[in-house]
Amino acid sequence: MIECKIKIKLDSFILDANFSIPDRGVTVIFGPSGSGKTTLLRALAGLEENQNGYLKMGDSIWQDEENFVLTHKRRIGYVFQDAALFDHLNVQDNLDYGIKRSPNIEKAFIESIINLLDIKILLNRTTSQLSGGERQRIAIARALLIKPKILLMDEPLSALDMKRKQEILPYLDALHNDLDIPVIYVTHSPEEASRLADHLLLLDNGKVIGSGPINTMLTRFDLPMSHGKEATSLIDAIVVGREKEFDLMQLDFPGGQFTVPDNSLEVNSSVRLRVSARDVSLTKEKQIGTSILNIFPAIVDELSVEGGAQIMVRLKIKEVTLLALITRKSAEMLNLQNGVKVFAQIKSVAILS
Amino acid sequence: MLNEYDISALLVTIKLASVTTAILILIGTPIAWWLSQTRFKFKAVIEAIIALPLILPPTVLGFYLLMTLGTNGPLGNLLESLGGSSIAFTFTGLVVGSVIYSLPFVVQPLQNAFSSVGKQAMEVAATLGASKLDRFFTVAVPLARSGFITATVLGFAHTVGEFGVVLMIGGNIPGETGVLSIAIYDHVESMEYAQAHLLAGGLLVLSFIMLLIVYVFNRHFSIMRSDS
Repeated sequence: MIECKIKIKLDSFILDANFSIPDRGVTVIFGPSGSGKTTLLRALAGLEENQNGYLKMGDSIWQDEENFVLTHKRRIGYVFQDAALFDHLNVQDNLDYGIKRSPNIEKAFIESIINLLDIKILLNRTTSQLSGGERQRIAIARALLIKPKILLMDEPLSALDMKRKQEILPYLDALHNDLDIPVIYVTHSPEEASRLADHLLLLDNGKVIGSGPINTMLTRFDLPMSHGKEATSLIDAIVVGREKEFDLMQLDFPGGQFTVPDNSLEVNSSVRLRVSARDVSLTKEKQIGTSILNIFPAIVDELSVEGGAQIMVRLKIKEVTLLALITRKSAEMLNLQNGVKVFAQIKSVAILS
Repeated sequence: MLNEYDISALLVTIKLASVTTAILILIGTPIAWWLSQTRFKFKAVIEAIIALPLILPPTVLGFYLLMTLGTNGPLGNLLESLGGSSIAFTFTGLVVGSVIYSLPFVVQPLQNAFSSVGKQAMEVAATLGASKLDRFFTVAVPLARSGFITATVLGFAHTVGEFGVVLMIGGNIPGETGVLSIAIYDHVESMEYAQAHLLAGGLLVLSFIMLLIVYVFNRHFSIMRSDS
């Protein structure tokens, strides 16, 4: 676990962060601009002065009343918003800067990171010969090459345009899937959060307003993301087979099997599906003779009346949680209440990875 | 051509400027770094004191140095009570005077260069495992290299050109404190215009070449930077 109780006073802003998060997988710190996300990340790295509190990282205490482990002794990988490569060094020397200062970095490991981020052809360039996306890949590699105990990323995509973002995201997925170090990722982009997060830490105005597994956070009615037309839920699944003649593939998830358009992912690869609450409709009996392929038996977990005509329904398909946005009238016609059995028809899903 | 007196003046000048510049880089670097990083309340006071030689008549500076370092001055007394002798009218005294006189010419370019290195590069170095001293030498200094070139050349050239301070505390002892600028003055006083021309013209050309080096180098660096 990562345990944190930190208080920082800046000029007109107080960050008062008290939370614990798992020390594995990707934790996304999410919140509007000015909510203190970057300040919190910097505090975890030991870069913020004027702070006091308690910080425990796995077995080691980085900060308490008596101790403060300095940044250069924490062994963290930190990726800044704008790459921040050293302009007086070429690409290779940028990577070597951290390697030289860390014990036991094997050649094979260096090779593996260079391959993971696909930067071999960039090594002999100067930093001025790199595109924005390439700079960020070098920065990520430089941070990973010191074998950090944790990787901290501060909106690494925000300085890039749409195309460059799409260029970097697959590498971040690879990071997620191939590496066994915890990642803390700051963003204000819902797309990045839902694609990358295992765990979500919600920050607002310097305070933690919620922390938990991503899908739980997206579907909790006491948090803002579970309301309105943009509400979505996430389902992690695995490719198990395909129907070649219809260009479809099958995905297993803990609640059953999805059939979705084939996007040529290999069998056994993991995918994350995003289901918009608006694309889920409910029936009392299982429909036969419908065009909808993905229908699952579900149990109503909780209802939340939205403004106007609509009502948000949280469903459980076995242990998987899903949101459905329907009209109040439909809810009454179906006599929906907590614990009622229904069938969830999912009109469309988006494949995130 | 150069007579014996001129050559010794040239050698003393070069020696003085080299020693002064070396000392200035050594003490100016930490001062400039501190000034570029600190949020000390009275930072402006320190900056003003360092900049003082820019506007003060050199004779004023020289006069007070003489008062302090001379046989009857507080520092002179101290030195004598410790078994030494006064450093007024010695090469050492000249170095002390020159260091104070040229301090702003070294500290200011370094301070500007360190300020433009910025906080982030140093933070990146810290996350990559570099200690404070390590990242100062491997990040701040290389990124501030144009500041070092400017500081070195300006410190050297300004020391070569000083007159008033030297006149007050040097005393023009050939081979010890007799420097070029005073040699030129002496030649003019004795109506030896040819000799004066030689030295004055030499200094003019030398100064121009040194400034040219600064501007060419800094342009070179700024072009490299703007590439990125």
